Amino acid sequence: MPSVPMSEASLLGAPLLEVPLLQVRGLTVEYETAAGPVRAVESFDLDVRRGEFVGVVGESGCGKSTMLFGVAQLLSPPARVSAGSVVFNGRDLVTMNAKQLAATRWRDLSVVMQSAMNALNPVKQLAAQYEDVMRAHGEKSREVIRRRSEEVLRLVGIDKEHLSSYPHQLSGGMRQRAMIAMALLFTPDLVIMDEPTSALDVVAQRSLMVQIKELQQELGFAVVFVTHDMSLVSHFSDRLVVMYAAKAAEIGPTREVFAHPGHPYTQGLLDAFPSVRGPKVPLTGIPGSPPNLLHPPTGCRFAARCPHRFELCDTPPDLYDTGHTLAACHLHSPMRKEAVR
Amino acid sequence: MTDIDTPPLLEARGLTRHFKVGGALGRKTLHAVDDANFTIGEREIVALVGESGSGKSTIARLLARVYKPTAGEIYYQGRPLSRMRSRKDLLAYRSDVPMVFQDPFASLNPAYRVSHGILRGLALHRPDVPKRERRAEAERIVASLGLDAAGDVLDRYPYELSGGQRQRIGFAQALAYRPKLIVADEPVSMLDVSVRIGLLNLMAKLRDDQGVSLLYITHDIASARYVADRVMVMYAGHVVESGPVEDVLQAPKHPYTQLLLDAVPDPRAPLTVGPGTDRGEPPKVIDPTPGCRFRRRCPFAVAQCETVTPELVELAPQHRAACHVAAADAGFGELAVAGRSES
Repeated sequence: MPSVPMSEASLLGAPLLEVPLLQVRGLTVEYETAAGPVRAVESFDLDVRRGEFVGVVGESGCGKSTMLFGVAQLLSPPARVSAGSVVFNGRDLVTMNAKQLAATRWRDLSVVMQSAMNALNPVKQLAAQYEDVMRAHGEKSREVIRRRSEEVLRLVGIDKEHLSSYPHQLSGGMRQRAMIAMALLFTPDLVIMDEPTSALDVVAQRSLMVQIKELQQELGFAVVFVTHDMSLVSHFSDRLVVMYAAKAAEIGPTREVFAHPGHPYTQGLLDAFPSVRGPKVPLTGIPGSPPNLLHPPTGCRFAARCPHRFELCDTPPDLYDTGHTLAACHLHSPMRKEAVR
Repeated sequence: MTDIDTPPLLEARGLTRHFKVGGALGRKTLHAVDDANFTIGEREIVALVGESGSGKSTIARLLARVYKPTAGEIYYQGRPLSRMRSRKDLLAYRSDVPMVFQDPFASLNPAYRVSHGILRGLALHRPDVPKRERRAEAERIVASLGLDAAGDVLDRYPYELSGGQRQRIGFAQALAYRPKLIVADEPVSMLDVSVRIGLLNLMAKLRDDQGVSLLYITHDIASARYVADRVMVMYAGHVVESGPVEDVLQAPKHPYTQLLLDAVPDPRAPLTVGPGTDRGEPPKVIDPTPGCRFRRRCPFAVAQCETVTPELVELAPQHRAACHVAAADAGFGELAVAGRSES
C-alpha cells in the first residue's frame, strides 16, 4: 500500500461533500535571516469547512502564529510566503493585491490578535474604531454604523455605554470581547484567532471561550483558533491540528486526538498537563528542545526527543492514517506495518 | 508544618499594603493586600493562587522587601523584618529569601554571560567560598539544576539559551545563596508546557534534597496541586482560603475557589457550563467598603456579605476559608439573615 495521499478527503477525516471555505495547500513561510532563510512553516495543508472550529496547538516557535499570519496575509518582511496557496471562498489570498485583500478583510475574514490592548487604538473610543472599519467598507450611514456597533457589543455581552469608552477603561476580558465584536461587524465567514485568551485569567478565559463557541454556533462563522494550551480547546474545537517545528505533526477530530493520540509528540504534550482532578501522577514533560529551524533535521523533526524512534525516522514522515487521526509518524507508516508483518 | 514550640520559617500577621492612586492630588487608595495572615514552614512548598490583580505579586514583593507593608508584620525565623535595619541583617535576609521572577527573558542581564549573576551572588552572600573556588561552585549549582555541560552554559549569554534554560539559571542565581525560602513569582507561566513540568519537578527536588521552602505564586491551580504541600487562594487582596492542597482542591470551601476550579480547562472532564456563566470580571479594590469582596460574583451571597468582611476560619483541620456561608454550613457562627438562595 502506498502512503496515504494528501487528498482533501483524508485531511477532513470524512468524504468531501462541499468545497471547504478555506483550503491551504503547501503553505511555506520563510524568514530571511543573516544566516540564511528559516522556514517557520513548511508544506502546511489545512482545510476548514464552513462553520467549523479548528484548533491549532503547538509550543512557542513551532510556527503556529506564522502560519496564521501567512493565511491572513499579514506577514511583513523579513517573512514571506515562499510557496503554497491559501484558497478562501474560491480565491487565492496569496496572489491577491493589497486592494483586493483590504476588501476581503473584516468583511469576509477577520483576525483577533493575542493582545487586545495592542490591537485596539488606545486614543480612540470604541465607537470610532468600529466606525473606521465600517466606513472602510463603504458604509456611510452614521445611523447604520451606530446601530450595528451597538448590536455587536450586545452580542459579546458588553453594555452599549462602552461605545464611548477608551480601551484602557475596559478590563482585559472586556477588551478581548470588544475586539471580537469588531471582528463580527460584517459577520465574516471566517474568524482567525491568535491566542485571544492567553492574557486572561482562567475564569475570564473559560467564559470567553464559551461565548466564542456560542457566537460561532449562532452566527455560523468558521474559527481557526491558535493556542499553546491544548486543554483549552479540548471542549470547543471540532478538529485539532498539532504543529511541531514548522510542520503539522497530527490532525484529527479533537476527541480522537485526545483519546487516541497517534504522534509521540501529541502524547508527550497530553502527559505534560497536571490535572486538578483524579489521582496525582508524576509527570515528566518532554525532554530536550525543538530543533533549530535554520538547520532542521533531514528526517522526522521530533526524532531527537522521541522515545519510540527507530531506523525509519531518518527519513521525513508523511501524514499517515492511524485509524483515528492523521499523524506524521513512521510508527503508523504502511512501510513499517509491512515490515512488522 | 513546624512544631508549636519553634516559630515557623516565615510568618505574616495582618500583612497589608495599600497604594495611593489617581495622581498627585489623588485621595484614592488601592488595597493590594489587606490583612493577610499566613505561615510558611521549613521544607514546604506553599502555592499562592489567584487571578491577576489579586495581590499575589504584592505579597512576593513584600516578602522580598521591595515594598514595606502599610500595616502588619512579617516575621522571619521569629524576628520581625521591620527591625532588621543593619546592612548585615538585610544581606543575610536577602540571601536566605531570594526571588525568582516570572519572565526569564527580562530577569537576566543580556549584556553579561550567565555566570555573572551566579558569581556575583556567591561573592556577596557566600563568604565561605573563596574567590578561586567560586567558578567551581557555580558549575556545581548549575549542574544540580539539570543543565548539561555546566561549564559551557555558564559562558553563554542569555539570548543563547531557551526559556527553560534561562529559568533554571534564575533558580541557580537564587540557589547560589544557599537560601531557606525561594519566592518564585509565576516562574513557569512563560514557559512551554513540555518544559514547565521539568521546572516544577525541579522545585520539588529542591525541597526534598536541599530542604528549601518555596512560595510558589501562580494562577495555574493544576500546577499548584502538582507541586505544592499547601495552597492559599487570594481574591482581591484577601486570602480567602488556605489549607493542605488536596483538601482545598478536593473539597473547596470558598465559592471563589470553586469557581476557579470549575474554570480550569480539563480535557478529561465533561463540559459543564450553562448560560449566565461568570464573566470573570475582577472587582475594584480602590477604597473598598466592608463586606466580602467576592459577593457581587457569588451565587450564595447573603445580606451579611454586604456589610461584614469574613475572616479566615478553620473549617476543617488546617483548612481555613473566609466565607460566611461556608462557616455557617460548617456550624461556625450564624448567618444574620435567613433565606439564602439555594442553587
